[in-house]
Amino acid sequence: MALKPAGESGKSESESPKRKAGAKAAGAGKSKVAASSKKKTKATGPDARRGGSKADQADRLRVDARTVERIEGLGESVVHQSLKLADPFVDVPTRSISNVNFNKSKRLLEMGDAKQRRTLFNLGQAKKFMQTLLVADGCRDLVRSGKTLSLRGMYYKSLHTIAGTKEKTFDGQDESDVVLEDLEVAIDSLRENLHVFAKKRGTMVGNITVFDNGDEINCRRMGTGGYAIPSICEPSVLKFGKCEADFVLHVEKDTVWSRSNEDRFWVTHNCILTEGSGQPPRGVRRLLHRLNAELGLPIYCLLDCDPWGHYIYSVIKQGSINLAYESGRMAVPEAKYLGIRSDDYQRCDLSDDVKIELNDRDRDRAKQIAAYPWFADRRHWQKEIKRMLTNGFKMEVESLITKDISYVTETYVPERLKAKDWID
Amino acid sequence: MPSTVTQPTPLKKSSGKIGSRATAEEMASKQREISVSEFFAKNRHLLGFDNPRKALLTTVKEAVDNALDACEEGGILPDICVELLQIAETRFKVTIRDNGPGIVRKQIENIFGKLLYGSKFHRMKMSRGQQGIGISAAGMYGLMTTGKPVLIISKTSRRKPAHEVLLKMDTARNRAEVISETEHAEDDVLFAEGHGTQVSIELEGRYQKGRASVDEYLEQTAIANPHARFTYVTPANEKIEYPRAVDELPPEAKEIKPHPKGIELGTLIQMLERTERTQLGAFFKEDFCRVGPRVAKQICAHADLTDRTWIKQVGHTLAEALYQGIQAAKIMSPPTDCLVPIGTKAMLAGLLKEVRAEFFAASTRPAAVYRGNPFQIEVGIAYGGNLPGDELGRVIRFANRVPLLYQQSACCSFKAVIEAGWRNYGLQQARGSLPSGPVVVMIHMASTWVPFTSESKEAIADYDEIRKEMRLALQECGRKLGTYLRRRQKMRRESERRNVFTRYIGEISMACQRITGSDAGGIRDALEAIASRKTAEADQQLDDEGRVVDDGGRLAVDDSVIIIDAAKDGPEAGVEAEQVAESLFASDSPPMKTRGKILKKAGKKTGKKTGKKTGKKAGQKKRTNITGSNG
Repeated sequence: MALKPAGESGKSESESPKRKAGAKAAGAGKSKVAASSKKKTKATGPDARRGGSKADQADRLRVDARTVERIEGLGESVVHQSLKLADPFVDVPTRSISNVNFNKSKRLLEMGDAKQRRTLFNLGQAKKFMQTLLVADGCRDLVRSGKTLSLRGMYYKSLHTIAGTKEKTFDGQDESDVVLEDLEVAIDSLRENLHVFAKKRGTMVGNITVFDNGDEINCRRMGTGGYAIPSICEPSVLKFGKCEADFVLHVEKDTVWSRSNEDRFWVTHNCILTEGSGQPPRGVRRLLHRLNAELGLPIYCLLDCDPWGHYIYSVIKQGSINLAYESGRMAVPEAKYLGIRSDDYQRCDLSDDVKIELNDRDRDRAKQIAAYPWFADRRHWQKEIKRMLTNGFKMEVESLITKDISYVTETYVPERLKAKDWID
Repeated sequence: MPSTVTQPTPLKKSSGKIGSRATAEEMASKQREISVSEFFAKNRHLLGFDNPRKALLTTVKEAVDNALDACEEGGILPDICVELLQIAETRFKVTIRDNGPGIVRKQIENIFGKLLYGSKFHRMKMSRGQQGIGISAAGMYGLMTTGKPVLIISKTSRRKPAHEVLLKMDTARNRAEVISETEHAEDDVLFAEGHGTQVSIELEGRYQKGRASVDEYLEQTAIANPHARFTYVTPANEKIEYPRAVDELPPEAKEIKPHPKGIELGTLIQMLERTERTQLGAFFKEDFCRVGPRVAKQICAHADLTDRTWIKQVGHTLAEALYQGIQAAKIMSPPTDCLVPIGTKAMLAGLLKEVRAEFFAASTRPAAVYRGNPFQIEVGIAYGGNLPGDELGRVIRFANRVPLLYQQSACCSFKAVIEAGWRNYGLQQARGSLPSGPVVVMIHMASTWVPFTSESKEAIADYDEIRKEMRLALQECGRKLGTYLRRRQKMRRESERRNVFTRYIGEISMACQRITGSDAGGIRDALEAIASRKTAEADQQLDDEGRVVDDGGRLAVDDSVIIIDAAKDGPEAGVEAEQVAESLFASDSPPMKTRGKILKKAGKKTGKKTGKKTGKKAGQKKRTNITGSNG
């Protein structure tokens, strides 16, 4: 993947931590690989740099053509409405808890049918309406030229001062990020298909070989740094090679990941070690999903014992509320929660120093999470959250280091795995 | 004289007498009458001469008040010239010239040289002056501080000579000494109309601009007296003209007899002693107002007397019974034709002339009575425009058309303004303080006897009846202001909305062109058409200013309201508004900055306009504005 780091400044290009998994156009990427290779057999220009098989290229071209078509459809409808002197609008599916359904049989979050009409002639929506069209225009440009941009790059591409005023089209990257997500759902497309990616976040190491944009990467020989998981982990970009690993251990943050890597945990236990720097970005979640779905590897999560850790697990397992439309492509319903658990304080005999008192926000969030339908029917989870609230404190994975530097890799995780002691 | 009480008690008791102090006889030799002039000379702060700055103002004020009274009584449209000549740092020569009927030669000494001499004290009639102290006191103050006499020039008719008299007060005897006098046969240089009076007083004073200055006094006098023309020459030798806005004299106030409910027992006894009537019935019917035969009988019956009882037979006890009878009787309120309110139109004309605001409203209450004295309250409000928006509102107070500049917080009207509850009318107001924002509140009390808290006439006494009337008048104006503010806010919102839409329309049509290849111009036109349809309300109300539509229409047909350049004139209106303002004034009046102040332009602008005409003119401005903003 030839990533053009246009506009990639030193600033954080954060994918909002709320972001999670998705489902809708899952077929767009991988299905019908064999189909229509008639269009262009010779990959030229930027497409050549993207490597992959000819079938992949043809597939990409087909997806691109459809994306452009959809963006143009959106523009046409606005023009059509305007010329009819009707209120121009864009319908954007609602991305909030109210429009998210929990599919009990698939154990996935799915987006409902509710839509929000965004009109120009509404004071609160006028600017967003304009921004939606600007971003649509920008994406169309990107797709047609076959190039990609980061979220921040996209922000700069659409950023300018409105003629005759001192107002800028966007007040910050936050605004353009949200509008891009809106555009994704509005035209039923995916960020990847709009040629926009997020900043790389998350690391992987372990008994696996992958092909990233055609380059062979042996994750057994990644030194101390590990393989940076790209933002786009679609099969057309990232392919799996040889894999001996038995499972995947996903930890919340870099500290414990580095500890495990240095202790060669993935060698001793024959596994893959991933990390998502907090709430894992789309790339990491897509990768976990594929490791689970394509290679059949179970996913074990080692996360903080606090509402935020619990929600990371929830996002990995059944997808996020914000990006419910991608759950099918990202969620791992079989993921297991290894720890930290609220009884570890007694069980592991931890010192008082690791206790972090719960504040009101934590308590509210914990109760909110316990009430989510996908937690509501989970007896163990209800018990776990209740116990955390009774304890009155939370703990981070790092707290295990107080016992011993390698306690987590030599004792905690192996014991748990051996005893199959996890929460589902 | 030292008091004996403060002395230490002597050790030896000597039959109540202490030492060899003054005897009653010795003391008697020192006891003598005090002349009023002497009393006021020592207590000049009672008359408003507490400090040099105030003395200068009071002098101008007394002279101008007298001049206005004289002109109106003589049926002449006042044309008054005030000149302040700075002789030294703290010494001024104040000259006031009017075009009044003039003063006959033999009265000059009395009027300008005697305290408590005048035509206004003994009658029940609305006038600016009351006691006959003012101008003589000013002359006295001048004499005391500079030693210079007062110079009076007066001419009563074109055919008669002008008298020029130099007067000096004799405080001990409360009378004036003539130092010199001359007659000018043909002196029409001073008095173009052939009659008038000029007074010059030299005094120690201090000139300072700002609050409670001569400038402010004249400005406010011009507001309350739009029928008068003032020319003011400042100490810096600038000439400021306050043009005439109304070409009609206010109707003359009628004199009335006292109302029975307005007098006290002592006054009643005195009146009984002095009356020329012989029988009680006639006394009540003739010497009071609003007493007919039936009421007279009723009062007499209360004291077990009849209307035929001889007045000579009424002693103190009976008088008291009669007094009780008056209190018990039901008597009509005093007639109100003795009051001459400024009137809503004239008030609006006055405010419009001197205050640069965008909204004006005025209201006049029906007459009411306190302690048997009829009075009437009027209120005017000016809002917005160039008034400072970040300060407390300003209250300008008038009593019988005379501005009150001192002791604001002691004044009944000030309390009424605070009480009025301005938050209901869209203004901010902290508890117990004036409303804040770009607002000027004008309160006028017209009465045959204004109850001042002191002789220097600085504040109106706080009678419940007066305060209530003031509050009601303020609220009446407040409601109009509230309506206007709500409407203006709505219009602002609408035009803001349109601004927001049009701002983005360009971007949207360009993006659409790039995405679909359709022509951006066509899309833009279509979107702009939708935008103006969506925000049509803003236009509609602007267009219909002056005609009847919803709540805005109510104000538009109201005679007591004038709106200038609504919505665009607020402090937040930006560059656009400036351009509009320019086009607004280019056509029919001088630029706002100089409005009503600078001689040349002011002369051109005002002409002779009544409130009604001015209202129409505001309407024209309005329309200019519309074309300006659409074009």
